[in-house]
Amino acid sequence: MSEQSGGDLDARLKAYEGRAAAVAGVGKDRVNEPMIRHWCEAMGDRHPAYAGPDAMAPPTMLQAWTMGGLSGHSGHTGRSQAYDELLGLLEGAGYTSVVATDCEQEYLRPLRPGDEITFDSMIESVSARKTTKLGTGYFVTTRMDVRAGGRPAGTHRFRIFKYAPAVRKPRDPEAASPSTEAAVSEASTVSRARRPRPVVNRDNAGFWEGVARHRLLIQRCDGCKTLRFPWLPGCNACGSLGWDTVEASGEGTVYSYVVMHHPPFPAFDPPYAVGLIELTEGVRMISNVVGVPHDEVRIGMPVRLEFERADEELELPVFRAVAAVEGSGG
Amino acid sequence: MSAGVGQVVRVGDELPPLEIEITRTLIVAGAIASRDYQDVHHDAELARQKGSPDIFMNILTTNGLVGRYITDHFGPAAVLRRVAIRLGAPNYPGDTMVLTGTVEEVAAEGAELKGDDAAGKKVTVRVVGANGIGKHVTGTVTVSVPGGAEGVGRS
Repeated sequence: MSEQSGGDLDARLKAYEGRAAAVAGVGKDRVNEPMIRHWCEAMGDRHPAYAGPDAMAPPTMLQAWTMGGLSGHSGHTGRSQAYDELLGLLEGAGYTSVVATDCEQEYLRPLRPGDEITFDSMIESVSARKTTKLGTGYFVTTRMDVRAGGRPAGTHRFRIFKYAPAVRKPRDPEAASPSTEAAVSEASTVSRARRPRPVVNRDNAGFWEGVARHRLLIQRCDGCKTLRFPWLPGCNACGSLGWDTVEASGEGTVYSYVVMHHPPFPAFDPPYAVGLIELTEGVRMISNVVGVPHDEVRIGMPVRLEFERADEELELPVFRAVAAVEGSGG
Repeated sequence: MSAGVGQVVRVGDELPPLEIEITRTLIVAGAIASRDYQDVHHDAELARQKGSPDIFMNILTTNGLVGRYITDHFGPAAVLRRVAIRLGAPNYPGDTMVLTGTVEEVAAEGAELKGDDAAGKKVTVRVVGANGIGKHVTGTVTVSVPGGAEGVGRS
């Protein structure tokens, strides 16, 4: 859950989705041989199509033709007021650093010297507040249409992370011994890092009491008998506040899953699989899938409940892959 | 690193790795060639003030290097159609990034335009660029490889 101020800011940022990020932008330079050559020199790219009188620009230069450079875009072209406002809101809230995280480009036709570049882009999405290894902030995704001589030439989706940096410990491997010690102590902290604590309240305390007794308890509505998970104060189907519990048999299947690679968090050791497990009772829950390599987890895979002790205070329900029964082909 | 003339591209093929030394010069030259004057890509002191241990490579340079890796392999007739990348661990000066690629999909392309015999292939490659601290970049590249029905030309 976001805290109050975070929630308010989330809503204000969300309102920028769908608004223009750049309107009728014009590339500062037409596509030209010198910029192509400088790019190829920097990248070490000796593709023959990018040189000579009939050169095409490397397609990956797409965004470069739209950049404002040192002087930026001005007037009625380029960056829109909405995009400036959005970034201003983030800056004002302390999310002052920026890093690009994703770039997806499609190239519709080659760009050649002399082509005039024009572009429009819109704010496609603003994420909820996220915490990564870099810090806490928001992902902002824009989608740009790029034209050459007025004809579509490519599309460019771009995602940035606008964030407040996390406090960083020294990490320079070449630094003198004091920071080496710091690095070592950081490493030992990492090895002792503990998983986040569950937030136990009166609405979900019964679930955790069940876990402590190695029982996975599902809530059941008193009124309409609908099962529900995770635990909630009332029934989503009929609104009744009365409930009792049913103990899960522990059998289930992988309904869906993701594999976490990045960013790493201290108590976790990526890559690891996070599964959405469908219990035979019909409800789904998120948990770890264990007993199988992360890249061999599959949708539909049968799994069985067990309890894993994370540390002296915390035990968690996890799901172990059930070895496939041999034979019975056909 | 050659996909020889007439060589068949198959799903699962692994491209030879390409090692890129991440020098300060490459980071700065790539940033300027891509018209990116964000200080974190050329000014170490300001980068540190913003919480980074040093300057780091900008995404446009990574994009350019990934594109180069693919066209270097598939030869002079190869044309990039789509590049989609995600960045992870930053490329700091002094590190080495090793690009690797695996062919994920091979599809016929342009049959309606050129006739079956002349039709090229649309090859999709999964690319990973790993450096000393993790995966700098993961992504997919789709490239058109014209020529014989099965072959990949490279001079």
